[in-house]
Amino acid sequence: MSVLLIADHDRGALSPATARVVSAASQLGPIDLLVIGQDTDTVASAAAKLSGVAKVLVAEGVSASDADTSVIERLASGYQYVIQSAGSVGKDRMPRVAARLDLMPVTDVVEILGANRFVRPIYAGNAFQTVTDNQIRHVLTIRASAFRAAAGGNDAPIEVVDSAVTSAVRLIAEHRTESDTPDLATAQIVVGGGIAVGSNFQLIESLANSLGAAIGATRAAVDAGYAPNDWQVGQTGKIIAPDLYIAIGISGALQHLAGIQGAKKIVAINSDPDAPIVKLADVALIGDLFEIIPQLIAELDKAGLKH
Amino acid sequence: MKILVAIKRVVDHNVRIRVRPDGTGVETSGVRMSMNPFCKHAVEAAVQLGEAGHGDEIVVVSIGPKAATDVILTALAMGAHRGILVETDAELETLAIAKLLAKVVAEENPDIVLLGKQAVDDDSNHVGQMLAALTDRPQATFASEIRVVGQGLEVVREVDSGRETIAIPLPSIVTADLRLNTPRNAALPMVMKARSKPLAVRPVAEFGVDLTPRLTIEKVSPPPERMAGITVGSVAELAAFIAEDVSQMEAL
Ligand SMILES: Cc1cc2nc3c(=O)[nH]c(=O)nc-3n(C[C@H](O)[C@H](O)[C@H](O)COP(=O)(O)OP(=O)(O)OC[C@H]3O[C@@H](n4cnc5c(N)ncnc54)[C@H](O)[C@@H]3O)c2cc1C
Repeated sequence: MSVLLIADHDRGALSPATARVVSAASQLGPIDLLVIGQDTDTVASAAAKLSGVAKVLVAEGVSASDADTSVIERLASGYQYVIQSAGSVGKDRMPRVAARLDLMPVTDVVEILGANRFVRPIYAGNAFQTVTDNQIRHVLTIRASAFRAAAGGNDAPIEVVDSAVTSAVRLIAEHRTESDTPDLATAQIVVGGGIAVGSNFQLIESLANSLGAAIGATRAAVDAGYAPNDWQVGQTGKIIAPDLYIAIGISGALQHLAGIQGAKKIVAINSDPDAPIVKLADVALIGDLFEIIPQLIAELDKAGLKH
Repeated sequence: MKILVAIKRVVDHNVRIRVRPDGTGVETSGVRMSMNPFCKHAVEAAVQLGEAGHGDEIVVVSIGPKAATDVILTALAMGAHRGILVETDAELETLAIAKLLAKVVAEENPDIVLLGKQAVDDDSNHVGQMLAALTDRPQATFASEIRVVGQGLEVVREVDSGRETIAIPLPSIVTADLRLNTPRNAALPMVMKARSKPLAVRPVAEFGVDLTPRLTIEKVSPPPERMAGITVGSVAELAAFIAEDVSQMEAL
């Protein structure tokens, strides 16, 4: 039983999501980790260190869903599983790969019960499906936030594979959110802000900084232009599973809760004692966020939590 | 230009769903159904392309039971010209849906196929990508802006690192994200007019696609319930809780 796992990477760095997906997939068999794209040197050597990886394959030069799919399709016949994280690249690519191979994919896997039994959320995480995949090969995307990271210390060999393909797609521009906070999808602490924060998201950022936390936002806050879209947490944003989620001025709509179901502890700061998030938070403080947050930052600094 | 839009009828996104106690699925009988929100953005995008002079004909297609006629009528009221219902009472997997849509694409030969990026019931986020693979067309998923430029499209996509703009030639497949537009509510005269627009109901068997499921759904279960927590009275108490929690976290 062997696994072809496609690495997520960005600007020459391996994504923290990959280590988690590697640890999940190592339950299924030895992993060949495929790195597709440009600037792959550091990515490939970081990938080779992950425990569970048998070898690293490098396909230099492509990076559009149609071209990537043909590289993966060419390699896939040698494997029982083709897997990537359920990030935007995996979501773009894996169903396309599956259709090419005439396979029905199982996506957003949050639990692996056996060689062909998986659990995945439906209805924005308000229900979970246990599925048996009766096909000879399996195409999966895995929710990185649902698994712990694989250990390092490995030294897998690196091999270059043929990546000669053409793409119909041309990248014209990237509009990135520059921020030195941790990766939202895999962060241990996330501070989330809702529409009530308004144009004062630097308050959320200060609190996040004092905790070494990543920053999240609701769709309402993103739509209003207060936060960039890649901070959006929820059914249609990022799915996170931090140890601690601090929800500030967030009502707790179904679609937002879908993104934080895996959070171990939830703290809510809200002026409305009846807000849905208050009802399910481990700890809630009722009041005005604009008064509370500066005080909270000061208290945390006093407690020596300054990062 | 001809635009095909695929739409799905789902449990309304405002309904709090209930898992059946016997674990066979989610209760859908007697529950309000409506057009999947993402599909609505796809329809709106098609209508706007039409209004900008880029869509000579907008065809909407839905695969599902007779009742899915509702959502087709909604799309026709929003401005689509013609509807197709591929009628089936079976719950089809996304691969089967994509294969049926590929047949419709072969018949209709549209320049652009627009779909929602995901359906809010199964949350799969597959169909556009699979259709692109089966029809050998390039794809632009998670679109938040679509522009016709020369012989192709420029599409702004929502990705993990922010946004990116790509150029793709036609014919192609585009899936809609929520920020693409604000779907219109059709005025009553449009709703009346929709009833007189052509709507072909075609049995699924006509398409000759193997619809056998590849997955077995063993059970559907509700998420673990969260215990109700406590409300603290001061910032100091909250800070103490956070500090305690952080100190107990295992290093990653
Ligand atoms: C198909 C679909 C998908 C969606 N996907 C997502 C998604 O992925 N993520 C997402 O987040 N949403 C999503 N939404 C939107 C979601 O339904 C809610 O509209 C959104 O989450 C609400 O955001 P909010 O909590 O910031 O705003 P609101 O619901 O308006 O809540 C604001 C909260 O702030 C509190 N407040 C106000 N002033 C203060 C103050 N001074 N101090 C403290 N508290 C204050 C209020 O009491 C209230 O609880 C989706 C919706 C649809 C239809």
